[in-house]
Amino acid sequence: MHELSIVLSIIDIAQQQAIKEDAAVIEEIEIDIGCLSTVEMNAFDFAWQQAVKETMLEKAERKINRINGKARCSGCEVFFPLKNLYDACPKCGEHLIDIVEGKELRVRSLIVS
Amino acid sequence: MCATCGCDAEGKVTMHEPGHQHEHDHGHQHDHSHDHHRKVVDVEKDVLHQNDLLAERNRGYFDAKNILALNLVSSPGSGKTALLERTLTDLKGQLQFCVIEGDQQTTNDADRIHATGTKVVQINTGKGCHLDAHMVLHAVQGIKPAENSVLFIENVGNLVCPAMFDLGEKERVVIISVTEGDDKPLKYPDMFYSSTLCIINKTDLLPYVPFDMEKVKINAKKVNHKLEIIELSCTNGEGLDRWYDWLKSKVLVPETV
Ligand SMILES: Nc1nc2c(ncn2[C@@H]2O[C@H](COP(=O)(O)OP(=O)(O)O)[C@@H](O)[C@H]2O)c(=O)[nH]1
Ligand SMILES: [Mg+2]
Ligand SMILES: [Zn+2]
Repeated sequence: MHELSIVLSIIDIAQQQAIKEDAAVIEEIEIDIGCLSTVEMNAFDFAWQQAVKETMLEKAERKINRINGKARCSGCEVFFPLKNLYDACPKCGEHLIDIVEGKELRVRSLIVS
Repeated sequence: MCATCGCDAEGKVTMHEPGHQHEHDHGHQHDHSHDHHRKVVDVEKDVLHQNDLLAERNRGYFDAKNILALNLVSSPGSGKTALLERTLTDLKGQLQFCVIEGDQQTTNDADRIHATGTKVVQINTGKGCHLDAHMVLHAVQGIKPAENSVLFIENVGNLVCPAMFDLGEKERVVIISVTEGDDKPLKYPDMFYSSTLCIINKTDLLPYVPFDMEKVKINAKKVNHKLEIIELSCTNGEGLDRWYDWLKSKVLVPETV
């Protein structure tokens, strides 16, 4: 599954940054994962456990911020929480929506030493 | 680390072209041992930024050469290769084509495309469940699509994983077939959300399977109200003309001064 590619990208980003900071270990990593980002968390956790072995992230504590989906109806311009991509606007019942939050997939910060 | 583009990718990917083979092995090794102070570092980087950078690089190359790059995605067996075989044969002489085939194993699909007389390169992703921009970059370097041509990229058969990986394509085309059930767009919404055209294939089988065409269209539009939908059959040819019209409408005719 693609979760492994995602974990490997996170490891790359984190290690590159840590090396730039001349650090030896990454103690903590903070990651945003939007609820609409197609990351399946069980697969992510499994991939993580396998992939961080023998990397600077091996012992790192993970702080994962799950960001709820949010959409804007382009008909009535209201914002509303979006659980599924196929949800309708609660006001007009249409599907003419733009996603404004929930697709995030970002490395926010590290604590290194 | 790939010397050509300076990017990292996991696993072992192989490319096959007649008389050409190319393999990468990507490893990581970092050794560090001195005294360090604890500090907080802001990173603020998109996880897929490396892929997105390479996708933009591909896109720039395609734009510069006026190449129409299309990313074809579907479950295994929906008819991506069959659609290409028909298209390459029917439009031969009208448009210039080349094809990148993505599969975990075998060169079967590349062989099918090769039989139509079209330039093709096969990417085998091994365990990889999707193509990424890095693989496409190298495939493009190998196949060198002509200016003003159409480049079809047949992704690995999978309705989930390829959704997140921009290849630098102009349009993403999702294909489903009438044997797959009309709730596919709801079960795999991300692929329908990220595509611009949906092809519903195998309409010749409609008399034999329970498939509510209206329902699948409504479901697809729920996920993506901008999605265009074309019904067709690669077997009996019904509806193919609308696909060809769509394709030709996307090809930018170069200005002849
Ligand atoms: N009945 C019918 N079968 C089709 C049609 N298009 C493709 N197929 C068959 O579906 C199977 C899978 O097609 P293929 O192109 O290999 O699918 P891919 O995995 O998406 O590339 C093959 O046996 C094709 O002959 C169609 O329009 N009608
Ligand atoms: Mg195929
Ligand atoms: Zn509304």
